[in-house]
Amino acid sequence: MLGALLAAACVVLVALPYLREPVAERDALDGPSELEQRQLELAEVRDRALGALKELEFDHRTGKVSDEDYRSLVGPLRREAADALRVLGPRAGSPARVKAERPG
Amino acid sequence: MPELGRAALVATFGLVLYAVVAGAVAAWTRRRRLAASAQNALVGAFATTVVAAGVLLAALVRNDFSFVYVAEHTSRELPTGYTISAFWGGQEGSLLLWLLILTGYAAIAVLLNRRRARDLIAWVVPVLGAVALFFAFLLVAVASPFAIQTAPLDGAGLNPSLQNPYMLAHPPMLYLGYVGLTVPFAFAMGALLARRTDERWIVATRRWTLVAWTALGVGQLLGAYWAYEEVGWGGYYAWDPVENAALMPWLAATAFLHSVMIQEKRGMLRVWNVLLVVLAFSLSLFGTFLTRSGILSSIHSFTESSIGPWFLGFICIVVFGSLALIFARLPLLRAKTTLESLVSREATFLYNNLLLVALTLTILWGVVYPILSEAVTGESRIVGPGYYNFFLRAFGLPLLLLMGIGPLVAWRRASLRSLGLTFAWPAGVALLTGTVLLALGAGSSIPGLIGYTFSAFVLASIALEFARGTRARRALSGGSWPGAFAALVARNRRRYGGYVVHAAIVLLAIGVVGSSAYDSVAEPTTPIERGQSLAVGDYRLTYRALEEREAANATEIRAIFDVERGGEQLGTIAAGKNAYTAERQVSNEVGIRSDLVTGEDLFVIAGQINPDGSVRVRVFVKPLVNLIWLAGLVFVLGALITLWPDAREQRRLAVRYGDARAHVRP
Repeated sequence: MLGALLAAACVVLVALPYLREPVAERDALDGPSELEQRQLELAEVRDRALGALKELEFDHRTGKVSDEDYRSLVGPLRREAADALRVLGPRAGSPARVKAERPG
Repeated sequence: MPELGRAALVATFGLVLYAVVAGAVAAWTRRRRLAASAQNALVGAFATTVVAAGVLLAALVRNDFSFVYVAEHTSRELPTGYTISAFWGGQEGSLLLWLLILTGYAAIAVLLNRRRARDLIAWVVPVLGAVALFFAFLLVAVASPFAIQTAPLDGAGLNPSLQNPYMLAHPPMLYLGYVGLTVPFAFAMGALLARRTDERWIVATRRWTLVAWTALGVGQLLGAYWAYEEVGWGGYYAWDPVENAALMPWLAATAFLHSVMIQEKRGMLRVWNVLLVVLAFSLSLFGTFLTRSGILSSIHSFTESSIGPWFLGFICIVVFGSLALIFARLPLLRAKTTLESLVSREATFLYNNLLLVALTLTILWGVVYPILSEAVTGESRIVGPGYYNFFLRAFGLPLLLLMGIGPLVAWRRASLRSLGLTFAWPAGVALLTGTVLLALGAGSSIPGLIGYTFSAFVLASIALEFARGTRARRALSGGSWPGAFAALVARNRRRYGGYVVHAAIVLLAIGVVGSSAYDSVAEPTTPIERGQSLAVGDYRLTYRALEEREAANATEIRAIFDVERGGEQLGTIAAGKNAYTAERQVSNEVGIRSDLVTGEDLFVIAGQINPDGSVRVRVFVKPLVNLIWLAGLVFVLGALITLWPDAREQRRLAVRYGDARAHVRP
C-alpha cells in the first residue's frame, strides 16, 4: 500500500510540468545561441581584465609588484580591459556589434 | 517495513533511469517541459532514497534482526550511537549512504541552478542521473540492505574497531567528499555535452568542489585520529590502500582548486581542468571500489565479490566515456592566452599541479601494483611505506616550498627586483629557523630539518601577505588596524581563506615531521611486572596496577602507569584491551597523554596482557603530533572563509551572466 502511494507520488512529480502546462505555447529549452555564447565569453574576458587590473593595483600598493613591473604590466592590462569594455560595454554590446568585432 | 524499503529503492531506480533517458532526450531535442520533468525525477529520487534510508535506520534502532543487514552489523548490547553508525558499517549500508548523499546533492544542484543555468543543467541531469543509476542498480539488484530472514535472538554486533566516536563522523565525512566530487564532474561533462565554451560550469561548481574537498580533508583527519587512538600501532597514517583511497581524490581535487584559478584569471588550462575533474571523480569511485570490492584482500575475493566487477565496469565507462567526450570537444577547449613567464603566479600554480598529480599517480601506482602483480604472476607484491615516504619527500617538500613562493610572485610575470623585495623577509626567517634548529640538534633528520625550514618560509610569507595587505587596505580606506584586516579578508575571501588553509597544511607538515622524524620509542623485550619502570624521552613510567571493569558491551582491562617527567609527577596513563561479548573480539585500547603546551603526546600500547598481570608494552613520545589535529581546525576555518558567500562577487557574476544575455533578448 505504502509502496503504491510512493509510486503514485513519483508519477505525479515527474508529470508535474505537463500537468501544469498541458499545452505549452513554447516548449523550447532556453539556451545561449552562438552569439550569446560569444557574449558570455566576452563578459568573462572583461571581468578577467578588470579583476587583473584591480589585483595589480593592490599588489603594487602592497609592494609585491615593483614600479618597473607595474609600468610594464598595467598598459597591456588597461588595453585588454578597454577592448573588452568597448565590445561589451554596459549598454553598448548589441549582437550586431559583437558579431562585427568577432575575431577571425 | 522491508517491503517499503525495497519499494523506495525500486522507485529511486525508476526515477533516476527516467532522469537519464528523459533528461538526455530533453537536452538533445531542447524540450523544456521534458527537461523539467527529468529534473523533478532527480529531486524525487532523493525523497524516495530518504524513505529507504529511514526504513534501514528504523530497523537498526529497533534491533529488527529480521533484516539480515541489522543482524550482521549490530547486537542488542551495542550502544545506540554505534547502532546508528552501523548504517555505514557494512557494504549495503555504505552504498545506500552513497546514493542518499548523491541524490541529495543532485537535488540541491538542480534546485539551485534550474533557473540560473537552464541549458547547462539540462545536460547535467542525465550525467548525475547516470551515476545515481549505477548505485541504485547495485542496491536493487546486487547488494540490497533489505534482505530478510527469520530473526535470530541477537545480532553479530559491530566490528569493535568501528566502535569509536570518530567512526560516527569519519565515514559520512569521507562520503560527503567522495560523492561531492560527482557534482563538478557532472557540470564539466554537462558543459562539454552542451558545447558551452564559457566558464559557467566552473562558477556553478566552485563551492561544490570546495565543500567536497573540505569534507574529504576533514574526513581523512578524523580517520587519522581514529587510527591513532583505536588501531593501536603507534601512528596515524600507514599508507594503507584504504587510506590512500581517500588521499588520492583529495590531492587531485587540490590540484583542480588551484588550476581552476588560472582558468578563471587567465583563461588557460581548460583541458587540464576538465581532466583533473575527471581524475578526481574517477579516483573517488576507485576509492569506494577499493574499500567495497574485496580486491584488497586478494584478487580472488574480488572475483567472488558481488559488486566488484560491476564497479570496475562502471569506472571504465566513466574514464573512457569522459576521455572520449573531452577528445571530441578539444576544439572548444583551446586556451585563449599563453603563459607569459616561467616566473609568475600562474607558473607556480602549474608546478604545484604537476607535483600534486605526480604524487597522486605515484600513490595510485603503489595501490594498484600489488593487485596487478597478483593478477599477472599470481603472487601479490607489497608496496611498503618506504616507497610512499620517498615520494612524499620528493614531491611533498617542493610542494611545501611552492606554498610559500606562490603568494609572493605576481600574476603574469615578476622581475628579479620584485622577487628580491618580496622574498627577503621570508627567506631570512627560514634561514634563521634552519640555523637555530640545526644548533638545537634537528640535523639528526635532514628531511625533517628541510621540512621545518620550508615551513618557516611558508608561515613567514603568509604573515607577510597579511601584514602588507592590511597596511595597504588601511592606507586606502583608513580606520583601525583590525578593521583594515577584516576588510582585507572580506574583500578577497578566496585568497586569504586559501592562505589560512596553507597555514593549516604547514601545521600538519610540522606535526608529521615532529612526530615521525623526531619521535622516541621504548619497547622492552620482556613483559614488565607491577612496580617496574621504563624510561622514554624525558618520561619515566612505572607500572602500578591492572584494573578490570564491565562496560555496556565489553569487559575493559587496563594497565595503569604512573607518569613522571623531570622528577615531577604528571598523573597516570592507562592502556589495555576491550573484550567484546557479542562480537567475541578483543580490541587494543591505547593510552594517550597530551601536553597541549608543547603539542607532544605520550603514547602507550599494552600489546599483550598476561594472566600473571605482566604486560608487554610499547611507549612512544611524539613531539608536536597535536599540531596535526590543530591543523584540522585551522583547515576548516580557512575553508569556511573561502566558502563564505561574497555579495560583491555575486553581484559581479549576476552582471556577467545577466547582462550578456540581456543584450540579445528581444
